[in-house]
Amino acid sequence: MGSTTPVTDDTFTAEVLNSDKPVLVDFWAEWCGPCKMVGPVLEEIAAEHDSIRIVKLNIDENPEIARKYGIMSIPTMSVFVGGEITKSIVGAKPKAALLRELAEFV
Amino acid sequence: MSENAAKATSTEVRDVVIIGSGPAGYTAAIYTARANMRPLVFEGAVTAGGALMQTTEVENFPGFVEGIQGPELMDNMRGQAERFGAELIPDDVISVDLNANPKVITSHDMVVLAKTVIISTGSQWRTLGLPGEERLFAHGVSACATCDGFFFRDQDIAVVGGGDSAMEEATFLTKFAKSVTLVHRRDTLRASAIMQERAFANPKIKFMWNTAIDDVLGETTMTGLKVRDTITGAVTEEPFTGLFLAIGHDPRSDLVKGQLELDDEGYVKVASPTTVTNIPGVFACGDVVDRIYKQAITAAGSGCAAALDAERFIADNEGPHGEAPAVDAVPAAGQSVESLASTH
Repeated sequence: MGSTTPVTDDTFTAEVLNSDKPVLVDFWAEWCGPCKMVGPVLEEIAAEHDSIRIVKLNIDENPEIARKYGIMSIPTMSVFVGGEITKSIVGAKPKAALLRELAEFV
Repeated sequence: MSENAAKATSTEVRDVVIIGSGPAGYTAAIYTARANMRPLVFEGAVTAGGALMQTTEVENFPGFVEGIQGPELMDNMRGQAERFGAELIPDDVISVDLNANPKVITSHDMVVLAKTVIISTGSQWRTLGLPGEERLFAHGVSACATCDGFFFRDQDIAVVGGGDSAMEEATFLTKFAKSVTLVHRRDTLRASAIMQERAFANPKIKFMWNTAIDDVLGETTMTGLKVRDTITGAVTEEPFTGLFLAIGHDPRSDLVKGQLELDDEGYVKVASPTTVTNIPGVFACGDVVDRIYKQAITAAGSGCAAALDAERFIADNEGPHGEAPAVDAVPAAGQSVESLASTH
């Protein structure tokens, strides 16, 4: 159980790609209204579930990773397993809907 | 139901529960809170604040000489409702039983009982319904310029639509894009004069009149639009890397379908000029009833009306000493909205 943690272009490989647990990356920005709404929902999921790590990547401050993964809409929440994206969820969704989409990881 | 067993269920019967939190829901909350009805507002888990949360400058809401940012306006309304004691729950309602007495409102986490319910669930943006649109959603196709405009820096993109929101999106997107082309089915715009003039005066905005979109092109990212001239029928492919949808909204009435009378487009029917629905004690306001105006100020106005209607309903049914409602005061089931209008 825990909270979400920020990652950057520099820490992405170590924190996400080399993680032994599935990692959900929340691609977000300050100016994105829906990102702000889904933020607290992700905090709750992070606090309640130990089987997946949840990290946040600010696309303004970390354009490299966002570009590499072709992020063109935020919030995008991508689950990385073994360094590969296995699931992407686009747009803010209620908690129950997010948990349904993440069922195989939580 | 076993699912409900784990939910917080209170036996208290609230005066009023408000479902939805745009200008209509928050205004209803302000008025009912000031009437000591202790409103409980289900704001929606990720839709709290409603459609204005995705807008930028709101210039036509009276009282703000210099305009106000949409999210800030909604924060203010929310704070004003809270100040008078409205209880705000950032969760979605998943089911309602509006015919029960008291009415039953179920969210993900709780079950609430209420004498009156105000429905202000608003609307959701409409899609074109094209295969490429779904495939390329979030990969060039977007419904939120303020969210995604950033990703289209120095690109040639399109906006589809002819109303105020299309003009606003196009004007906003010129901050990032190299050019923005407004694609519109007709040769005139529905948008207000000031928004049209602003778009016409913007050198980065081009217009593609009498043009329908047949498909969105591209495999993994958007490469263009297949468009059809609605007069000549000629089909061409135009290179665009982005498409923003601004073709209007549909009412968000699935929650009450089968209980409240809806019109053929899904809007909740009310006995205008009141907010009375076909079920006694249930009132509806804002974009979920409004197929014509759809403005922040008209939504707020109808939210006020719903609050006053709910307040009067309780006063009429409980009498001056808070007595239980008389059974014969409840209109017969199946009575239509039209017939209620005359008795209200």
